[in-house]
Amino acid sequence: MTTETLTPRWQFRTPKQRLLRWIGWFWLVALTVFCWEIMTRDTIWAFVADAPRQAADIGDRMFPPAWAYINTLWEPLWDTLNIATLGTLLGILFAVPVAFLAARNTTPSVYFVRPIALLIIVSSRSINSLIWALLLVAIIGPGLLAGIVAIGLRSIGFVAKLLYESIEEIDQRQVEAVRATGASGVQIIDYAIVPQILPAFWGISVFRWDINIRESTILGLVGAGGLGLQLQASLNVLAWPQVTMIFIVILATVVISEWVSARVRQAVL
Amino acid sequence: MSTTPRTWKRPPALFTHTGWRRTIYIGAVVYLMLAVQSIEVDWMRVYEGLERGWRFVQGFLVPDFTSRWSDIQSGLIESLTMTMTSTVAGILISVPIGIGAARNLSPMPVYLFCRGIITLSRSFQEIIIAILLVAMFGFGPFAGFLTLAFATIGFLSKLLAEDIEACDAEQIEAVRATGAGWWQVVNYAVQPQVMPRLIGLSLYRLDINFRESAVIGIVGAGGIGATLNTAIDRYEYDSAGAILIIIIAIVLVVEYSSSHVRRWVQ
Repeated sequence: MTTETLTPRWQFRTPKQRLLRWIGWFWLVALTVFCWEIMTRDTIWAFVADAPRQAADIGDRMFPPAWAYINTLWEPLWDTLNIATLGTLLGILFAVPVAFLAARNTTPSVYFVRPIALLIIVSSRSINSLIWALLLVAIIGPGLLAGIVAIGLRSIGFVAKLLYESIEEIDQRQVEAVRATGASGVQIIDYAIVPQILPAFWGISVFRWDINIRESTILGLVGAGGLGLQLQASLNVLAWPQVTMIFIVILATVVISEWVSARVRQAVL
Repeated sequence: MSTTPRTWKRPPALFTHTGWRRTIYIGAVVYLMLAVQSIEVDWMRVYEGLERGWRFVQGFLVPDFTSRWSDIQSGLIESLTMTMTSTVAGILISVPIGIGAARNLSPMPVYLFCRGIITLSRSFQEIIIAILLVAMFGFGPFAGFLTLAFATIGFLSKLLAEDIEACDAEQIEAVRATGAGWWQVVNYAVQPQVMPRLIGLSLYRLDINFRESAVIGIVGAGGIGATLNTAIDRYEYDSAGAILIIIIAIVLVVEYSSSHVRRWVQ
């Protein structure tokens, strides 16, 4: 009895911390319940209850896959790969200068140019490539070009953000050493900065290419060419066996691109 | 007759073998030529589109929030509530799956089962899942909720499992040495180590889920994407510009505040 009063039970947190955490969790739960109420206001629960039957029905219709349909998929697949690759190249082309303008140690002006570069990065990142594609199809018409530009615009933000972070992390002593030899600004970038960020650059580019393969498979849903276009066509006529075949092709492409990207990143980094 | 070279050329960083380098350069050029040829551009259509593009830029500069405000509002509420509920539901499901997929905590059959779920969830694009779920559950935010929750599971469980596997094994040993059972090990040795990162990842996923919720409406899964799609289809670029500005603003707010919360938690 006496020992317990002398050494009180060990507690991880002070009472005040516990109270604060309890209030935090309470608000989180309350907010979730509130959001759930609003979100499900218009949900027809009979449809939800019916879903397993619907799923079984769709599953039934999806099998067996229409294997012969693959012959019409080679060309869209080639288009999809081109959208991803050319789009990534386009994105990198614009991302590199933006990254140099956004990095604190290479930007010409911290107060004027850097915020603009950061704004470009943020707006490119916050808009999904499908939305870019939606806009571009409306502007330059359906087809591969819209897809490539959409992927490119979306990639700028991603590549530039990761690249400028790695530029900011470089070893400044190497820059000073090259500067001490009397090198010009371009030479400093070429000999002191580029070698340091090159592995990161290849890693980021291949990573983005991998993501872009995934994204480009569905851009066709809004008319930007590739496999998604076939998917849309098959969905419109409810040709589920064809849809299954397209899913299989997409899955195979994604798995292969992921493998390639992982291998290249392993070799580079 | 000094043999020291007067100039220095940086050696190539990649593909140091000359033959390989040439082959790869030629291959890249050939691919580029083939790929560029496969693009068919209708320049007349592009020319016509330029005017539309200009109207879009104008719409972006002078956004029209008022005339479609009720549509925008309902879309936004759908997107935001969908984001919140799906993130919470996704986290609740992905914590047990993440623990199950950690090699140091779970037996082989459980590990393989959980890894299977993660792979399944990660290999399909959100949009494709949304298409299937809309076909099953009908149009509306409920299908979107399920899509985002499903996508969250793959993302969070994978990163959580990796984090648990990278845990400090000595702390686990120490707690186990006191005679703690499996649950107590998870609660007292693993949970304190991964909690800050789990919160960080959850906030990051909240951010991603909002961005995705702005898109899945295009295939009928509710949210602001449907409103945006309609606005673009009707060539109402000023409303579309307003929606995009709102999306960018919300993403900015979420990103900014989540980085603050993360710093506060860690």
